[in-house]
Amino acid sequence: MPKVTIDNVSIEVPEGTTILQAARMIGGNLVPPAMCYYTKLDTSGGYCRTCIVKVTQGSERDPRPMPKPVVSCRTTVMDGMVVENITNEELVEARKGVVEFLLINHPLDCPVCDQAGECHLQDLSYENGLSKSRYEFKRREFEMHDIGDKIKLHMNRCILCYRCVKVADQVCDGRVHGVINRGDVAEISTYIQNSVDNDFSGNMIDVCPVGALTDKTFRFKSRVWFAKPMDAHRNCDKCCGKVAVWLSGDDILRVTGRKDKYGEVEDWICNDCRFDKKQKSDWVIEGPRNIDRHSVIAQNKYGVLKQLKIDVSKQKQIGEKAHNK
Amino acid sequence: MKRLLLQHIDVPGIDTLSVYREHGGYKALEKALKDMKPDDITEEVKKSGLRGRGGAGFPTGLKWSFLAKPEGVERYLVCNADESEPGTFKDRFLMSKIPHALIEGMIVSSFALGAKTSYIYIRGELLYVYHILEKAIAEAYDAGLLGKNIMGSGYSLDLYVHPGGGAYICGEETALIESLEGKRGNPRIKPPFPAVKGLWQSPTVVNNVETISAVPHIVNMGGDAYAAIGVGKSTGTKLISACGHIKKPGVYEIELGLPVEEFLFSDEYCGGIRNDKKLKAVVAGGSSVPILPGELFLKTANGEPRLMSYESLSDGGFATGTMLGSGGFIVMDEDTSVVKNLWNFTRFYHHESCGQCSPCREGTGWMEKVLHKFLEGHANMNDIDLLWDIQSKIEGKTICPLGEAASWPVASAIRHFRSEFEDYVKNPQKIKDVKHYYRVNNLDPVIN
Ligand SMILES: Cc1cc2nc3c(=O)[nH]c(=O)nc-3n(C[C@H](O)[C@H](O)[C@H](O)COP(=O)(O)O)c2cc1C
Ligand code: SF4
Ligand code: FES
Repeated sequence: MPKVTIDNVSIEVPEGTTILQAARMIGGNLVPPAMCYYTKLDTSGGYCRTCIVKVTQGSERDPRPMPKPVVSCRTTVMDGMVVENITNEELVEARKGVVEFLLINHPLDCPVCDQAGECHLQDLSYENGLSKSRYEFKRREFEMHDIGDKIKLHMNRCILCYRCVKVADQVCDGRVHGVINRGDVAEISTYIQNSVDNDFSGNMIDVCPVGALTDKTFRFKSRVWFAKPMDAHRNCDKCCGKVAVWLSGDDILRVTGRKDKYGEVEDWICNDCRFDKKQKSDWVIEGPRNIDRHSVIAQNKYGVLKQLKIDVSKQKQIGEKAHNK
Repeated sequence: MKRLLLQHIDVPGIDTLSVYREHGGYKALEKALKDMKPDDITEEVKKSGLRGRGGAGFPTGLKWSFLAKPEGVERYLVCNADESEPGTFKDRFLMSKIPHALIEGMIVSSFALGAKTSYIYIRGELLYVYHILEKAIAEAYDAGLLGKNIMGSGYSLDLYVHPGGGAYICGEETALIESLEGKRGNPRIKPPFPAVKGLWQSPTVVNNVETISAVPHIVNMGGDAYAAIGVGKSTGTKLISACGHIKKPGVYEIELGLPVEEFLFSDEYCGGIRNDKKLKAVVAGGSSVPILPGELFLKTANGEPRLMSYESLSDGGFATGTMLGSGGFIVMDEDTSVVKNLWNFTRFYHHESCGQCSPCREGTGWMEKVLHKFLEGHANMNDIDLLWDIQSKIEGKTICPLGEAASWPVASAIRHFRSEFEDYVKNPQKIKDVKHYYRVNNLDPVIN
């Protein structure tokens, strides 16, 4: 089995394992963030570039370092590979660059966005972002679209991770969902406003790392951190029927797949379970679901905020400046 | 001066099969099919030292030897005729004037690689060249040079020309393959490389027009004789498309190793700077390679005269050198604004980014907007550093080299012409004096 060393921690992994998967096997801080890779979706990953790492030794046989950072989600480990992630300052800086690129055109409308609290971009920007934007131009804007009657597409927030396209390709049949246009005006679209009419289309909402695809049956009902996630199941003839229901009192506000700490669902669920089964009596509730994420949804605060040193006098100056304007 | 590709360029009717054959055309094909085995040809190409003419300069023989050859799986040769790099217009010249040069090259190379079907992927805007190639291919089929049992050798090949939609990104080899398959022209995430999984997931070689057109000459003269032309590892001849503020813009074939000064100033080639102005800067290999100030272009940092070769042009790395690239030679006189030119290039890369990966999708547009601030007269000094920072964060973090192509011009312009950026900040009123670009239709060196 190939042995790989990531940030000085070594692990033996099965042949064909990617650096990202190996890092997840080790766990902890050295796991690169992944915005577009999704284990369940074939050919996903490689687009967002947040998971980049530095390979300082290619393998035992060919110890040359790789000249550029590589995407850990699409690079398989070789025996004797040495990888640097958070131990490499240059790389951390490079990742900050990627995060900045993802943010410059993002609307940052978290206060009105349903995804806030469980948004991977939000987490990523807390961890790797600048506190101030260096981008001083108008952000790009798109029209909002409905993808069928249950899903809202808010393209302004999209980071073009291609996950939903892969869901449309691989989980739904009769593909009408894809990317049109090019470059920074590329957008996710359904073919001439066709709705995605498929029992599994709702999974797009689960894979979307930001608030670009949201559940219309849940929109604006509640902030996610006020809802209580519970594992639940039912006998479903279309899907596994194993879901997470999000409760407020006795009301089911929404139903999602069961996501792990990387935001990946255990199994796809069907639209019936997701959109139509909103009565507690529809489900067998198993018990509270532990959300193992570092964002607000898990603990109502960000870990890194504790480390922030706030220079009080400087803050005062900023406050005064704003006041005098 | 030794000319191979353009030797018969002035012969009337050289675009027809009969005239092409009268001037030695398809001799290489005959030799290859009758006297050589496929691997012999690859061996000769290796010996010749031929390097890819599409930009990266990767040794062609080596590339061919990497081609996976699993039993029972089709292999493909694809010719990259998507030529869209600003400043590069050599391939269309060659294809439109001597279409059979490429077709013969395609047949010989396909034979060497064991391909039974081959494609020429041509840029969408070059529709007139597409028609020329179609006509030439029909001639070749009629003469039994394509199709079943070529020249009685038992080798069969089908050759297709496929016009693209006119996107720069489709020149990137994996985007080209996607586009050829009828999909959106997005670069693939590598690995796997085309040599293992290319067109329709089969082993594929992608080569530039000029690279493939050189193969018949290598077969004719032998790899060693070809390697004797040029200097060091820059063997053979190279087409250079020269444009900008020179007296004689056009496509020239040079022996690699020609002194830069001779190329730029002698009457045989560019003929010096137009209107007897002074030389300011040169972009030596198409818009993506680093721009160099005149002095540093003519002489390396060590004071040695620069040569038109892969090694000499890149002498000094990016600090004081550049690249031969695809041979798009853009000359700027003393009146040219480097900043404005850079904005123009950056606008191009912004427009052409495919949008898959975040650094290129977002970064190219950002750089364009910041550069536009300079031209509008409200940039500040921090914007120069900001530009530098943005380009450094794109470079090396993207799926395909378009990211680098967009970063290098910005980095080199700031490296060598920082004071000009500062000028724009300090004297915004001066901007009015900057000359604008004119579109001079009757000066197209190819069509005329
Ligand atoms: C954005 C981009 C555009 C490219 N455009 C072209 C092109 O128009 N023509 C070309 O021959 N190569 C182009 N290339 C290089 C090709 O990817 C590839 O390296 C080349 O066709 C290989 O052929 P060669 O080895 O004969 O040079 C481009 C590369 C990139 C990244
Ligand atoms: S570098 Fe640009 S053109 Fe290349 S894959 Fe990324 S977004 Fe597309
Ligand atoms: S997660 Fe690897 S590139 Fe997006």
